[in-house]
Amino acid sequence: MDSFKKITSIVTPLDKVNVDTDQIVPKQFLKLVQKSGFGKFLFFNWRYDEQENEKSDFVLNDTKYKNSQILVAGDNFGCGSSREHAVWALLDYGFAVIIAPSFADIFFSNCFKNGVLPIALEQKIVEKLLQETGAIEVDLENQIIKTPSGDISFEIDSYQKKVLLEGLDDISITFQYEDKILDFEKQSKIPSVL
Amino acid sequence: MGKTLFEKIWESHIVVVEKQNNPSLIYIDRHLVHEVTSPQAFEGLRMNNRKVRRPDLTIATMDHNVPTTDRSLPILDQTSSSSVQIKTLEKNCKDFGIKLFDINSPNQGIVHVIGPQLGITLPGSTIVCGDSHTSTHGAFGALALGIGTSDVEHVLASQTMWLEKPKPFEIRVEGKRKNPHAVTAKDIILSIIKNIGTGGGTGTVIEYRGEGIADLSMEQRMTICNMSIEAGARAGLIAPDEKTFDYLRDREYTPKNYESLVDSWRDDLKTDSDAKFEKEFTLHIDDIAPQVSWGTNPGMTCNVTDSIPSPGEFSNGDENQKRGAEKALEYMALEPGTLVEDIKIDRVFIGSCTNARLEDLIEASKVIRGQKISSHVQAMVVPGSQMVKKQAEEMGLDKIFIDANFEWREAGCSMCLGMNPDILSPGERCASTSNRNFEGRQGAGGQTHLVSPVMAAAAAIHGHFVDVRKMDLS
Repeated sequence: MDSFKKITSIVTPLDKVNVDTDQIVPKQFLKLVQKSGFGKFLFFNWRYDEQENEKSDFVLNDTKYKNSQILVAGDNFGCGSSREHAVWALLDYGFAVIIAPSFADIFFSNCFKNGVLPIALEQKIVEKLLQETGAIEVDLENQIIKTPSGDISFEIDSYQKKVLLEGLDDISITFQYEDKILDFEKQSKIPSVL
Repeated sequence: MGKTLFEKIWESHIVVVEKQNNPSLIYIDRHLVHEVTSPQAFEGLRMNNRKVRRPDLTIATMDHNVPTTDRSLPILDQTSSSSVQIKTLEKNCKDFGIKLFDINSPNQGIVHVIGPQLGITLPGSTIVCGDSHTSTHGAFGALALGIGTSDVEHVLASQTMWLEKPKPFEIRVEGKRKNPHAVTAKDIILSIIKNIGTGGGTGTVIEYRGEGIADLSMEQRMTICNMSIEAGARAGLIAPDEKTFDYLRDREYTPKNYESLVDSWRDDLKTDSDAKFEKEFTLHIDDIAPQVSWGTNPGMTCNVTDSIPSPGEFSNGDENQKRGAEKALEYMALEPGTLVEDIKIDRVFIGSCTNARLEDLIEASKVIRGQKISSHVQAMVVPGSQMVKKQAEEMGLDKIFIDANFEWREAGCSMCLGMNPDILSPGERCASTSNRNFEGRQGAGGQTHLVSPVMAAAAAIHGHFVDVRKMDLS
């Protein structure tokens, strides 16, 4: 995984609550056996009409947001299915930061495994960011978002921060605890399935 | 201070102790794998030259995109992406030494139906699967978590995963339903989600407790725990009792030392009387009605006797919720004030990991027996597993459904998420026993109403929703 760098970009405002993973990447696109190439399916049913023409009223189809790397959305973002394809689609499309008042748990956790930074901020602040037209800078190292109208600090779990900044592979981290896993297995009472 | 059941299971599975603000490393006792969320995980193992640490704790099946039509025929398009995913799972299981219940196995079915049915799900264990409805297994007093593909890879490689400790949330279900055949477990869980909202359980593990839960059968408890994720919870669980132990006894994969395990579970697997929950909610069920969802998330639900609420009534002054409800009504093509019983339906789907077990089919068949579905309705039953299908056929349930003009299918996830050919066409309205009414979930432009199996069956007969409390279901 690449290490997370400072991101400077305008924000893409997606002013909807309860954006579920079925909307982020509809099920007909879950059949790939690799992680790449999901960006073109991102928000497919909102982005395209039945003839697969771009819908002009959907924010991603507005050319001014073409190179945006920061998505700002409403409450409970990423609810529903555990499909990691949702994060792969956001990342492949070009988003590196998702800001919302709250996130669904599994989606939130899936973000960190793919180098995407989810930031939960107070509703009032998110509402302001939805209106922000200038570029903002997300500085993970210092946990600061710099906006034309002032700085916003944000919280992040110290372990997750380290994982993102250093681009760590958490399986290798876990393998350092091999002895402890072995010890656990020796005393476990739950038998094998077979 | 005492501990909750969740905390006891959590603590007994910590491999690396939690540091402040850091996740803990948790041992996983059972890993269920299916074709859609696993290919990239196996690919990751190959790229890094890693093997599966404990194939003996890992079980695979194919359920999400399998066809539910005649299995003796080949999948229509052998080069289709569904077919590629199915072949990929076969190869991955062979290469990594994992037991697979493939499309022709008598044990094939939806992972969350076969786990308990085969005695793979055990009380006090930790269970994961790359599917959010893994919460189903919590009905047996297991800590069962849905995970993403990166965690699938992590568990395959290490049999552990990093997890921040969720907070314990007590939901008490008190009272007795007057008509337990008409007002079901599905109506209880939909009522809970309607009250606490789709984000109400975020960051928590729910423990369902109280008389209203103790009264439920194991299959009904699975329906409750299954939809914990629809309230945003990380997991949902119910303390095991004699019903739990009886259900798992003498199954194909029940452990040999089962009785000694049961003895320890009887003592250990309960919440202490002085334990503290961080959040609490109580639902009284004496007078609850059958539920019907009207919107595009499971919190948008009302009584079958209600009319469709206006966005203002639904949102209680919250602007965002109000806009959400406006969008939902537009998508669902419903007008506020319309009586739920006046809503006509085109399709009926009885299936999914929420409601496709034997008991669900028995209850639905009582409504159907000797009747025909409405001429403008197309209806199907997709049993949750091949074993459920076989048991139902031994009881003659297939004949009841087929005589009523239902289609009787092979096991799989089917129209719950529409990854296989079973989908709604745009504008089709469906009474569905599944768990999600998201936009396009059952097919682009399809309109889903979540209901119980008896409500779905009654809607099939009448062509619109009816209050099943008026029917004789004994």
